[in-house]
Amino acid sequence: MSAKTGVGAPVLRKEDFRFITGKGQYTDDINRQDQAYAYFLRSPHAHATIKKLDISAAKSAPGVLGVLTGDDLAADKIGGLICGWMIHNKDGSPMKAGAHPALAQGKVRYVGDHVAVVIADTYAQAKDAAEKIIVDYQVLPAVVDMNKAKGSVAIHDVAPDNMVYDWHLGDKAATDAAFAKAKHVTKIDVVNNRLIPNAMEPRAAIGDFDSGTGVYTLYTTSQNPHVARLVLSAFVGIAPEHKLRVIAPDVGGGFGSKIFIYAEETVCVWASKKVGRPVKWTADRTEAFLSDAHGRDHITHAELALDDKGKILGFRVHTKANLGAYLSTFSSCVPTYLYAPLLSGQYDIPAIYAEVEGIYTTTAPVDAYRGAGRPEATFLVERIIEKAARETGTDPALFRRKNFIKSFPHQTPVIMAYDTGNYTASLDLALEMADYKNFGKRKKDSAKNGKLRGIGFSAYIEACGIAPSAAVGSLGAGVGLWESAEIRVNPVGTVEVLTGSHSHGQGHETTFAQLVADRLGIDIESVSVVHGDTDKVQFGMGTYGSRSGAVGMSAIVKAVDKVIAKGKKVAAYALEAAEKDIEFKDGRFNVAGTDKSLAFGEVALQAYIAHKFNGQDLEPGLKEGAFYDPTNFTFPSGVHICEVEIDPETGVTDIVKWTAVDDFGNIINPMIVEGQVHGGIAQGVGQALLEGAHYNADGQLVTASYMDYTMPRADDLPSFDIGITTTPCTTNPLGIKGCGEAGAIAAPPAVINAITDAVGHEDVPMPATPLAVWHACQKGARKLAAE
Amino acid sequence: MYAFSYHNPKTVRQAATLLSKNAEGKVLAGGQTLLPTMKQRLASPSALIDLGHAEGLSGIEQKGRNIVIGAMTRHVDVATSAIVKNAIPGLAALAEGIGDAAVRNRGTIGGSIANNDPAADYPSAALALGATIVTNKRKIAADDFFQGMFATALEEGEIIVKVSFPIPSKAAYEKFPNPASRYALVGVFVAKKGSDVRVAVTGAGSNGVFRSKECEAALAGRFNAKSLEGVKVSASGLNADMHATSEYRAHLIPVMAKRAVTKALGK
Ligand SMILES: Cc1cc2nc3c(=O)[nH]c(=O)nc-3n(C[C@H](O)[C@H](O)[C@H](O)COP(=O)(O)OP(=O)(O)OC[C@H]3O[C@@H](n4cnc5c(N)ncnc54)[C@H](O)[C@@H]3O)c2cc1C
Repeated sequence: MSAKTGVGAPVLRKEDFRFITGKGQYTDDINRQDQAYAYFLRSPHAHATIKKLDISAAKSAPGVLGVLTGDDLAADKIGGLICGWMIHNKDGSPMKAGAHPALAQGKVRYVGDHVAVVIADTYAQAKDAAEKIIVDYQVLPAVVDMNKAKGSVAIHDVAPDNMVYDWHLGDKAATDAAFAKAKHVTKIDVVNNRLIPNAMEPRAAIGDFDSGTGVYTLYTTSQNPHVARLVLSAFVGIAPEHKLRVIAPDVGGGFGSKIFIYAEETVCVWASKKVGRPVKWTADRTEAFLSDAHGRDHITHAELALDDKGKILGFRVHTKANLGAYLSTFSSCVPTYLYAPLLSGQYDIPAIYAEVEGIYTTTAPVDAYRGAGRPEATFLVERIIEKAARETGTDPALFRRKNFIKSFPHQTPVIMAYDTGNYTASLDLALEMADYKNFGKRKKDSAKNGKLRGIGFSAYIEACGIAPSAAVGSLGAGVGLWESAEIRVNPVGTVEVLTGSHSHGQGHETTFAQLVADRLGIDIESVSVVHGDTDKVQFGMGTYGSRSGAVGMSAIVKAVDKVIAKGKKVAAYALEAAEKDIEFKDGRFNVAGTDKSLAFGEVALQAYIAHKFNGQDLEPGLKEGAFYDPTNFTFPSGVHICEVEIDPETGVTDIVKWTAVDDFGNIINPMIVEGQVHGGIAQGVGQALLEGAHYNADGQLVTASYMDYTMPRADDLPSFDIGITTTPCTTNPLGIKGCGEAGAIAAPPAVINAITDAVGHEDVPMPATPLAVWHACQKGARKLAAE
Repeated sequence: MYAFSYHNPKTVRQAATLLSKNAEGKVLAGGQTLLPTMKQRLASPSALIDLGHAEGLSGIEQKGRNIVIGAMTRHVDVATSAIVKNAIPGLAALAEGIGDAAVRNRGTIGGSIANNDPAADYPSAALALGATIVTNKRKIAADDFFQGMFATALEEGEIIVKVSFPIPSKAAYEKFPNPASRYALVGVFVAKKGSDVRVAVTGAGSNGVFRSKECEAALAGRFNAKSLEGVKVSASGLNADMHATSEYRAHLIPVMAKRAVTKALGK
């Protein structure tokens, strides 16, 4: 095994040749014979009842094959889209989930909601015909502001006060008791701004019904094709699983938004049988802004109780979470079980009590977006910790150090049991890399140039590889969260790795091959990774929540171990030795204490020709599968330090230095990990400084294009100084934790803590645009003048 | 996009004839504004009269004390022109700051000025430098040309042929970009020619580009950044949107003017 491609080596990504030479095969690159095109007529109103829907003129427009509506769905008994996680209210009653038809049935609930679909020979014809559909809307009041949702008109009849759930976690009595004895209480109000995912590749789908076999095929931009098949089969009822194949080919980014099962994919696959032709749809950018599930959108009030020495006694949180107009696939768990269990952060907090209200509004559905709940928790924890340090006159690094969890395993008061970590080590390294001790001097230099300099910390914790299945089931999840793998060894010793996880930017084709090549002692070029096709790969759960390393690779290791065990049996026959004497090392099966040995490929050949053993004693072939169910989450953690310089005349914030120290456990490919950290920080900085979805009072999305929605660009970002500390995860065989979301989780509070440090007060919103920071600078100047 | 007929005239004269025959027709320059609006079905011209092959519409030359730029000259060519960089470096820098490379490779000065987007960069240069817009029918002073948001003095069927910029003694442009679109949130072009100082502001006014009397008055005495200290610009009549309040825009005008003056003085 070459050290150049083994575990721990920065192997260049195998998939990049294909991508950078334009050879990637994305859904929109696929065309089926006789394919027709779908265009969705969308609601221009945030909230309206449909009094009349007249499709007659559209039906007879040139090229039109069909115009389908919610009535057709009902007639075909096609079910609505589902939310796969049941949340219970404080009183134990179930959440209130309104129906979510793929095409409107009498009512539209957000701008962009699906009214009807037109299928035609060309996309332009479908679009032209859609203009001929006459819809008589009775416009209802929009519900945009979560704080006013309760008294507003009901969006779904089942939820008259627009409340989906009123949920809580933690020990209220213990937390109240902690506050009763507190010497100091720090209070904070934060808004976690709403984001729009903006994957580079917009969503797309082709539904293709084969009347010869009765099999539907759906090509789609999915992070989890098996889950899509399960939902479309078992809940939506399009076809049983063996009659529905879902293929997610190359996918150009997801960030969570491609986990969910949406209306468009559902309609394309259903409609392909109705019109007797393959049906293709590719979102344009405006449709992506309007109808991809958005992320975040919390309003929170929180309080932190401290004793006289600055030790944290208790933490109390009240959050309102905007879930949008319908409950998207996993939306309900994001502000509950993916959020509140992270509220202990890296800190030893004896008592925590969190309440979360999930609220319907007439806006696009909100669901998991890179980090999913953990960024919201981290932002809150790291903002209030920073504020508490400032209020008590303690250095923010020292305040954190004093309150860090220092012994492991550690049981928090909010479900999580952290297996391992060394928070002090990350902090120490980060302080040194950031040259924290000379910050004061740099601040003075900035002041000489009329600039305000600030420094901000974020000591984040996150939880990856959501697990174990039985535990998440008891919390309301509709599925298990294990992963599957299969190792198929070919007769010449090359290997296909079939995984239930899905790569859409993460580099699995490289890291998974690295792992398998390393374990089997074969060349990395002899290993290929197969994913994203329900006909090829056995059931798997897909990729999100930074689970593919900790869970997906653990399943692979389990299958590889089985291959080696079987290989030993084959080698024993082939080498005429006892199985217990066979050792496997560096790609060779050796008979202990002799020079008798066979290479991995030779054993594979023996397994398939089956000349040296008989089929009653040993099955021919070399192929093993495994399912791995984790015993716990993994807990990546780290410290990011952001240093900003602000021009008070314009409010422009310049990030001048970024230090990221992360503990991801063991690392397979440090280059890919670094890339994930870079991308994550960019997205986190995007949230902190630039991005924000904005609906006006009528429920129109003002930020529905790049003219108004600000994406992070290269020149918005500094170079990142990246450091690594390592405490291997104790609960999976590889000791790995996960790195895909850490940057996006860590970054926002680091930025806002730096800006609030620079301007001298806490009142800075996200995104901290030049306008917002200019206001904050003026307020800071007034505050200084008053002092 | 709806269907339209496409025409490819070889001269401005042919283009004008085609335009008169197609009442719902439009001339196409770089297409950077027109084509996206057509794709979104917000514009539906019956005919496109492409100026791309019409003779004599592009190129940059110095004619006496003027820099003359053909209407079809791309932003990239203005940005990199030795003639412009030498005579009016602020104008080359302005062109360099428009959009991204793809936009600069297609977009034209004539298209930008004809479109008169209230956040576009070129109108501020034309107004501050006292440019003359030459059409197939007449010459129009910049002072008379820009008539409010997306409104100009151009008449039906009138085509911009070139723009002539008198060479100033000092000039520079400072742009505060909209964080999302990177069009001008506030863009200020300052120009000094003899004792005449002009300060034109784009991005801020609800009626498009305008001259800032406050800044011009402050600079009339001494043309340096100090003269602008403490200058207040009224927020009334300025744009307000999610990216900037009218007060913020008003505040940024003298700030950008100050920075432009410093740049113009080569400091
Ligand atoms: C992503 C993006 C970013 C941009 N950023 C900026 C920016 O930062 N600053 C900025 O100033 N601009 C920006 N633009 C606009 C760009 O500068 C365009 O080039 C310009 O607005 C229009 O020029 P055009 O040549 O593309 O004209 P077209 O789009 O072809 O035409 C625009 C209009 O002008 C008319 N027209 C064109 N030429 C003539 C003529 N010779 N005579 C009469 N009428 C004519 C057309 O009929 C049409 O109505 C941006 C555009 C894009 C797409």
